[in-house]
Amino acid sequence: MSNPAQKIWLHRFAVLTALATLGLVGMGGLVTSHGVGMAVPDWPTSYGYNMFALPISTWFTGGVFHEHTHRLWASWVGVLVVALTRWLGGSKSRLPLIVTGLAEIIAGLLLLRLGADWKGAGHFLSGIGSVVLLAGILWVKHEPATRPLPALGWWAFALVQLQGLLGGLRVVLDAQVVASVRLGTALGIFHGCLGQIFLVLLCVIALLTSRWWQVGVQALACSADTLKRELQPSAPLRRLMLATTILIFLQLIIAATMRHQHAGLAIPDFPLAYGKLWPDASTEAVARYNAQRLEIGGENPITSFQIILQMAHRGMAVLILVGVAACAWKAKSSSNARPHPGPLPRERENGSSVLARFTMFWLALVFVQIGLGAWTIWSNKAADVATAHVLVGALSLVTGALASIICFARFTGNTETRVADFSNATPLREVSI
Amino acid sequence: MKLNSLTIIAAALAAGLTSAVAGNITGKVTLKGTPPAEKEITQLKDDANCGKMHTEPVKTRFYVVGAGGELADTVVMLKGISGKSTGASATPLIVDQKGCEYSPYVGAVQTGQSIVIKNSDPVLHNVHTQPTVAGNEELNKAQMAGGADLTFNFGKAENFLKFKCDVHPWMFSYVTVCDHPYFAVTGKDGTFTIKDVPAGEYTIVALHRKAAAAGMEQKVTVTAEGAKADFTLEVK
Ligand code: HEM
Ligand SMILES: [Cu+2]
Repeated sequence: MSNPAQKIWLHRFAVLTALATLGLVGMGGLVTSHGVGMAVPDWPTSYGYNMFALPISTWFTGGVFHEHTHRLWASWVGVLVVALTRWLGGSKSRLPLIVTGLAEIIAGLLLLRLGADWKGAGHFLSGIGSVVLLAGILWVKHEPATRPLPALGWWAFALVQLQGLLGGLRVVLDAQVVASVRLGTALGIFHGCLGQIFLVLLCVIALLTSRWWQVGVQALACSADTLKRELQPSAPLRRLMLATTILIFLQLIIAATMRHQHAGLAIPDFPLAYGKLWPDASTEAVARYNAQRLEIGGENPITSFQIILQMAHRGMAVLILVGVAACAWKAKSSSNARPHPGPLPRERENGSSVLARFTMFWLALVFVQIGLGAWTIWSNKAADVATAHVLVGALSLVTGALASIICFARFTGNTETRVADFSNATPLREVSI
Repeated sequence: MKLNSLTIIAAALAAGLTSAVAGNITGKVTLKGTPPAEKEITQLKDDANCGKMHTEPVKTRFYVVGAGGELADTVVMLKGISGKSTGASATPLIVDQKGCEYSPYVGAVQTGQSIVIKNSDPVLHNVHTQPTVAGNEELNKAQMAGGADLTFNFGKAENFLKFKCDVHPWMFSYVTVCDHPYFAVTGKDGTFTIKDVPAGEYTIVALHRKAAAAGMEQKVTVTAEGAKADFTLEVK
């Protein structure tokens, strides 16, 4: 990919896709917050219609609005991701795209012949297949993006389809029970967590296609010492950063499990829990809580498991706060401790404190997140507050993941050509190597 | 010998007569204590279609209680009877969706008895059954404005089987399924009548979603004159 303008547009497109995905996560969160995951009981049709032809009046009815918008939005993200895969993969990606597209169309048509039960899956597959085929047919010639971007594109390509399928199965198999677990619940949790992994992946693609990464960080890489000093902090800080990010991901799994039980707030007060530091979760107490709660959403009765789960969520929040605060403090003190050697290019100047600033932002997000968690409870789980909590949770995960990647990255490759690529498009006066 | 067989016939007749004797169980359910104030369903008010169907604020219906503590929506039934269902031939229970609310909020049927769900609203609903007893089927059916009635029935006894609408996540109806015909739901005056109960001794139980979710029991003896059974439930 030698055309510099194209590189910048690729990055912009990656950012657009990541933002669209963030919006999709928010929309999905709204569906769960309102408890309207089943408002459109069929899939991939919507009330029997081709989903792109659902009458507006039906679309704008109660929870149908959230659920159907989520489906449309997801289709849009799907198209963006297929285009991104094609772009990242260059002309080389054409053949695999054509083959995959054709295979999906054929598989879809075969499913259609299997009978009514498979009709939905058949339409779904052949619909996706057509988009993929189209992307493959697109003849624009260009080089693939630098590694590992093409591979990341293919991961996104696979995940977006899996995610769509999971979302659909969550609706179709809602009431099925396997090993005494309700599939609607299990698939909903999985769909929610995978959605966040998918968001992280797209943000990584956006980071790796950025000028800052390709030029700035790579430029630093030329003088390995500078890089080590400024972007690759001490091993303990790096490990702490990764560990905290993993904690956030675990927190997300706990939280998704809480939300998809559709039991409302298992503990209605905060900072205390049923007026105590540790709530009584005995059978009698739980029966009393259920008798006393006035749940407008008519949620499922709460169980002691859910009470303990919410306590775990609160405890985990403390751990995360401590972890992120430690990262921010360490990053800051190590950036202060290091004198800048000589005149610095702008990128390097940014680079020197970039981690400190990144982790400060991360800490701020976690504070906001804890505030939103508390507000979720005080508002008796108002749908928009709970959804904001989901979104900021997703952003905290993304921030942790990106910070970790920056710290752990191994920078190799021919930097000069990359700098040249970019400097043709936007003069980078400050960069001197 | 002759006398003996006569006695036997007489005894058999008497037994037959007694079992044919039946009476109504009547009673009243009263709530002790002040229930928490009902909450306004703001989601309904904020919904473009549903909000305009109401002029008064719509509230939750946890405790429908009269000035003297008369408690509605309590299911009263005989306990420990099974296999006596006449549900297949019983008249269906009608549940309507009106103003984006189900009514009645609490109902009761026999196993196999039809539950007919109507949609009197100019908006679509979906009727999603959420049984918790194995053997009762979870179904989720769309019902368009002006759509045909939907009919459900359940094969297993279950208390407060939940019907919900996923389009309007505040809409619920709770239908208790009994496998015998000896049950009733209290009205606004807190009273109930269980009709034609064969004479005998029974355990009778009152169930209320909030005040007696696990049920409150007492013994009754039904004679040709029937029986009386009042309940006093407490706010939990
Ligand atoms: C760093 C800290 C936290 C993170 C990363 C986090 C993350 C999340 C996420 C991602 C969800 C939604 C999961 C999903 O739907 O897929 C969630 C739900 C929830 N969180 Fe947190 N959370 C944090 C702290 C807290 C705190 C301190 C509280 C309590 C005060 C809290 C209360 C809740 C509640 C009640 C829900 C469920 C909301 C609902 O059912 O709609 N969270 N959390
Ligand atoms: Cu409805």
